[in-house]
Amino acid sequence: MKRWIPLLLFAVLVGFFAKGLFLNPREVPSPFIGKAAPAFTLPVVGDATRSFSPEEMKGKVWVLNVWAPWCVSCRQEHEVLMALVQNQLAPPIVGLNWKDKDREAAMLLAQGGNPYFAVPDDLSGKVGIDYGVTGTPETYVIDKAGIVRMKHVGPIDPDIWKKKFEPKLKELGV
Amino acid sequence: MKSLLFSLLLAFSAPVWAGEAIPLAEDPVLEKRLLKIAEELRCLVCQNESLAGSHAELAQDLRREVREQMKAGKSDAEVIEYLTTRYGDFVLYRPPFKPVTYLLWLGPLLFLGLGGSLWYVALKKRRDLNLKKTPTDEKQLAAAAQLLDEKQ
Repeated sequence: MKRWIPLLLFAVLVGFFAKGLFLNPREVPSPFIGKAAPAFTLPVVGDATRSFSPEEMKGKVWVLNVWAPWCVSCRQEHEVLMALVQNQLAPPIVGLNWKDKDREAAMLLAQGGNPYFAVPDDLSGKVGIDYGVTGTPETYVIDKAGIVRMKHVGPIDPDIWKKKFEPKLKELGV
Repeated sequence: MKSLLFSLLLAFSAPVWAGEAIPLAEDPVLEKRLLKIAEELRCLVCQNESLAGSHAELAQDLRREVREQMKAGKSDAEVIEYLTTRYGDFVLYRPPFKPVTYLLWLGPLLFLGLGGSLWYVALKKRRDLNLKKTPTDEKQLAAAAQLLDEKQ
């Protein structure tokens, strides 16, 4: 029995390493979960006269999707969001246009369709930083009281929507 | 003669032309402070690089933000708080000592204690074993003494 102990310890160690190997290092726990979504006011893409502020969404459960025209995985995600909105499966999605230096968002949305309730234009990237964004796409679920309830790092696909977003949204009463 | 004097003067004035190298940043003291803080912070994009060393765009933005805040007179602690409220303790290369990190900080001590007590137990066991092997019988002792005497 005693000679099996090293092997057993080794197996435990391998278990830890294997777990660590399959974790996503970008999945950093967000300090905003359970806290108020940071306030901001930004002009809206395509309509210089309008601006958007999270205040407008009080009383609604909504989704904040941080994207950028230069982000490749956002394009895949864009199709998924389009399908969700067309089939009325999602609450209002606000698409924060992050650091769009080449000013391509309006053109892109005109071409591929616009799934967003509003597209605030965060040219300097400061609002993104206020939300702890490390890269696009990142998505937040915000409740009726303006509290951040969930954060997802990386593109949303139908499977992730079903497994991660739907239960959370149901819990929040959507 | 005049021209010689003039050329001599000109020759010795050469060092005057060399101006001091212009520092890269406007304020070297602030830049030093920035560097010191940024080396303690993790770049969120390339996570094994510090904020000071990273060329990622986000790191540049964050450095600019930190620089601006320092210019506005914020202390190092305030700047670090600005980053941790947004990105969590994950940005700190030195995690703070608090309940979730107790195991992280005290783990090595725990393992040292565990190893030490195992070692103590093993040593004690061996000593007890050795004690048992030592002859305590009077007769055996006498025999041993006799054998040693004979050898001498």
